[in-house]
Amino acid sequence: MAGAIDTSPGRGIAARMAGLAEMVSRDAVLLRRGRTLDTICQLNIGDETFLLRILDGNIIGLRQGPFVTPSADFAISGDAAIWQRFLAADPPPGDHDIFAFVKRGELLVTGDLHPLMSHLLYFKDLFGCLRAREASRCPGR
Amino acid sequence: MPGAMTAAIEPIVGRYLHLDDAGRHYRIYFESAGEGIPLVCLHTAGSDTRQYRGLLNAAAVTGRFRVIAFDLPWHGKSSPPAGWEREEYRLTADSYTGIVMAFIAALGLERPVVMGCSIGGRVVLHLALRHAGAFRALIGLESSAHVDPYYDTGWLHRPDVHGGEVAAGVVSGLIAPQAPPSERWETLWHYMQGGPGVFKGDLYFYGIDGDVRADLGRIDTAQCPLYLLTGEYDYSCTPEDTLAVARAVPGAQVTIMKQLGHFPMSENPALFISYLEPVLGEIAARG
Repeated sequence: MAGAIDTSPGRGIAARMAGLAEMVSRDAVLLRRGRTLDTICQLNIGDETFLLRILDGNIIGLRQGPFVTPSADFAISGDAAIWQRFLAADPPPGDHDIFAFVKRGELLVTGDLHPLMSHLLYFKDLFGCLRAREASRCPGR
Repeated sequence: MPGAMTAAIEPIVGRYLHLDDAGRHYRIYFESAGEGIPLVCLHTAGSDTRQYRGLLNAAAVTGRFRVIAFDLPWHGKSSPPAGWEREEYRLTADSYTGIVMAFIAALGLERPVVMGCSIGGRVVLHLALRHAGAFRALIGLESSAHVDPYYDTGWLHRPDVHGGEVAAGVVSGLIAPQAPPSERWETLWHYMQGGPGVFKGDLYFYGIDGDVRADLGRIDTAQCPLYLLTGEYDYSCTPEDTLAVARAVPGAQVTIMKQLGHFPMSENPALFISYLEPVLGEIAARG
């Protein structure tokens, strides 16, 4: 896929996003969970938009907007400050799971949710990979 | 010649009993350990008695309590009633309180303590309203008067989504990050093994039929003490939800448990028991 990712200092989530494909490719457990997953996931982080193309559990494409007409199966949207809290290294109670934010209306999930709901453990681990740890590794191992 | 036995065998005994309730016959699986005050334990929605494996193996508890946990019909090793294949399973306030009381009567338990978690934490509020005189005390874990929905439960029962994996995915975030990994995944495994539509059917009680907000003021803790313990990482039944129950029920005693989530007895049994022991001590001292 075309489109360069912005990894400049201070853009923590974008930088971690840039390393996500390699991290996932080295994680046999995550790849097994996602072995039948074929989807495009849109993440709206404040004003920034990312499109993740996932095939057989691998991240085979990552594009960062702006886009005019982004096309995805489903989208997860929220303010940048909310995503920062969700993807903090050790989030406090109530900030530790995507559904906690969804319940409070702080993250919105829209579109065809089948890829997400049929692979919830995959996506929760994928978000775990994006947490702001010094030595990033995927969780639950 | 056979060799000496080297297996570590747990003190838990599992058996089946038969009972009739509301015109239907049930084959119920239950586990027990210990001697003393009967302590009946109720599992969460979509799971089973194995959630109480830590408590049933805790000598400090079983030394003075007869811990008994049973699988609700449709759950674990309890059978669904005859004819189940022609109906949609739905747990209601009436059916849940009915089966708990029928189980207690079938075993001839005298003024037991009943402790339930999540839907079990909700049903103890219904038990307090309907049958307070029958209990020595009630303990609600992750207990709320109602919950606001945060996903479409239709995802839990449809042919194009694996029911066990979506159930585990939905509840995985309700476990505290500090839970030992082996206990976390044991807890999720139970969810992966539930029957089709059973978790969803339990949530009918949790989300709709079991709403007890309007009746909390009628609970009399002078007649039956009520203890509420909730994990700080539970965003389904939040600590604030439990505190709201306590504000509406004079005399209810609340403990907010650090580093625990929605499944305290299963996700981190040792830590949970450290919170439960003072409560059980108080109940035992009261006699």
